[in-house]
Amino acid sequence: MSNDAPGAATSDRATDFEQAERSEPFQRLKRSHRSFVFPLGVAFLVWYFAYVLLADYAHDVMATPVIGNVNVGLLLGLGQFVTTFAITTWYVSYSNRRLDPLADEIRADLAAGGHAEGGIR
Amino acid sequence: MTGFFVAAATESTDVGEPILNIAVFAGFVAITLVVVLRASRNNKTAADYYAAGRSFTGPQNGTAIAGDYLSAASFLGICGAIAVNGYDGFLYSIGFLVAWLVALLFVAELMRNTGKFTMADVLSFRLKQRPVRLAAATTTLAVCFFYLLAQMAGAGGLVSLLLGIDDRVGQSIVVAVVGALMIVYVLIGGMKGTTWVQIIKAALLIAGAFIMTVWVLAIYGFNLSGLLGAAADKGGDAVLSPGLQYGLTGLSRLDFVSLALALVLGTAGLPHVLMRFYTVPTAREARRSVVWAIWLIGVFYLFTLVLGYGAGALIGKDTILAAPGGVNSAAPLLAFELGGPILLGLISAVAFATILAVVAGLTITAATSFAHDVYASVVKKGKAEPGTEVRVARITVVVIGLLAIAGGIGVQGQNVAFLVALAFAVAASANLPTILYSLYWKRFTTRGALWSMYGGLGSAILLIAFSPVVSGAETSMIQGVDFHWFPLTNPGIVSIPLGFVLGWLGTITSRTPENPTIAAEMEVRSLTGYGAEEATNAVER
Repeated sequence: MSNDAPGAATSDRATDFEQAERSEPFQRLKRSHRSFVFPLGVAFLVWYFAYVLLADYAHDVMATPVIGNVNVGLLLGLGQFVTTFAITTWYVSYSNRRLDPLADEIRADLAAGGHAEGGIR
Repeated sequence: MTGFFVAAATESTDVGEPILNIAVFAGFVAITLVVVLRASRNNKTAADYYAAGRSFTGPQNGTAIAGDYLSAASFLGICGAIAVNGYDGFLYSIGFLVAWLVALLFVAELMRNTGKFTMADVLSFRLKQRPVRLAAATTTLAVCFFYLLAQMAGAGGLVSLLLGIDDRVGQSIVVAVVGALMIVYVLIGGMKGTTWVQIIKAALLIAGAFIMTVWVLAIYGFNLSGLLGAAADKGGDAVLSPGLQYGLTGLSRLDFVSLALALVLGTAGLPHVLMRFYTVPTAREARRSVVWAIWLIGVFYLFTLVLGYGAGALIGKDTILAAPGGVNSAAPLLAFELGGPILLGLISAVAFATILAVVAGLTITAATSFAHDVYASVVKKGKAEPGTEVRVARITVVVIGLLAIAGGIGVQGQNVAFLVALAFAVAASANLPTILYSLYWKRFTTRGALWSMYGGLGSAILLIAFSPVVSGAETSMIQGVDFHWFPLTNPGIVSIPLGFVLGWLGTITSRTPENPTIAAEMEVRSLTGYGAEEATNAVER
């Protein structure tokens, strides 16, 4: 196989991907992935834009002092850092526990010809 | 001479430090050149040249991503923005950081599993190859070019600031030197060499910022409230809360929302960031890369918060704005205040290294996209002779380098901040919708992709062209004429939703559905990593 060949990963004609796509383990993987990343994605975007709008339109709220010179705005801003780090860690542990084993299993099955159906495509 | 060293330190001569700065920078160049030469020995195949043989580990690649992402704008720009405008500068760093969650959750691993070298690999996987590839290459080249020009212009500005070279000829020479060095790095080292330059630079930048942060905190007894109080004493209480820069009018507030949208959605569509996901062997390593990048970038932005307020407290807004280089001089002035000419020399060299590494990353991305997507796939219809593709990529590197030098000299002294905003807005409105639709929406069609990419690109450029950054305001690029009708400086709030809507509209109006077999193949591959290329030294040889 030439490495210079254009196109994405080389097409694999021996595998019936439609069958693999319909299989129960793959559907489970897809569900586990999407049901995790979509709600989390919406949540952090809402939290980020809530913060942006507060910083943009509610200056007085943000300027309220909390401890010494540290005000609400600074705490909320640092809160964005904390949630970013927390979501990162959470996603990694979820992937390691739930997604990777399933993906490994399906990949091994495909490599072993579990969905082979020569010549279709 | 209006050198900044005069303003910074009257007791020192104003030629001593530039020589020191140049010496430290030359040391960086010498070390990285040796590393690049050593790394280039195994550059044989396209996978070696474009993707470093997919041989980097997650932590290495994560550091390189941080090196690619933390441009001079991040370091000098954000420190300065916080020093001068207080809290509003902090808002930038939050947008730049949170954006990485989009890349981590939705894009990084699936891209790694589906593509080979470029963003276009993924976008054209199950759609019509040639038109989609051409569109993706067009947006890739556009983003790289805008970003590149901004960096080159920044290099010239940095020179007047750090080396005391004020005249146009001197600045042009430095821009040419930066461009020539970048060509050498990318030509010889390919992706492997470029990656090492970025890793070294990220380590230096983060270490330098760390030392200065601890130093500033030590001055205030490691009491954040004390530091903030000192900054407020010097710059007024307003620096501690939002509103100084963006809170003036209803329009400037809306402009900020537009900017925030472009920042958070742009990162995951930046081609030079996406390309870094192909330099690791597996999707799992791509995930680890992003995790490392998020931690490094996040910690770095926390440093800039301290440095920015530190500069505001120790040096003061007026002195910073009066120095040549203006806002951008906050971090170097702070370094001088803390550690004298030696620390200033180190920080200046790091700032140069930063520009060099970012420019190199952009160039290899643009060259790869041209050679792989335009030349091999569209011009040669996938029948390029083995080896010619990499040769075309190398020629493209030289051409892009020369263009960047010419452009960089041409835009000296111009207000080019909009170029970075434009790069992020194009990435968010032309690239991200198509990336998300192709990865998550099975019905997505070629027409949807083309409408979204060309519509997003076109609307972003059009709106910038008719915005106050180009004409009609005091800081506009073109003075004396006023043809602006779009009131905001960032087009994101219009062009990003437009990119998404066009992708959807193009898809539902398509008469010919795409091949469901390839759609299923892409879905299975993207989530499981089946058939994804592994490290070349393990598989190919």
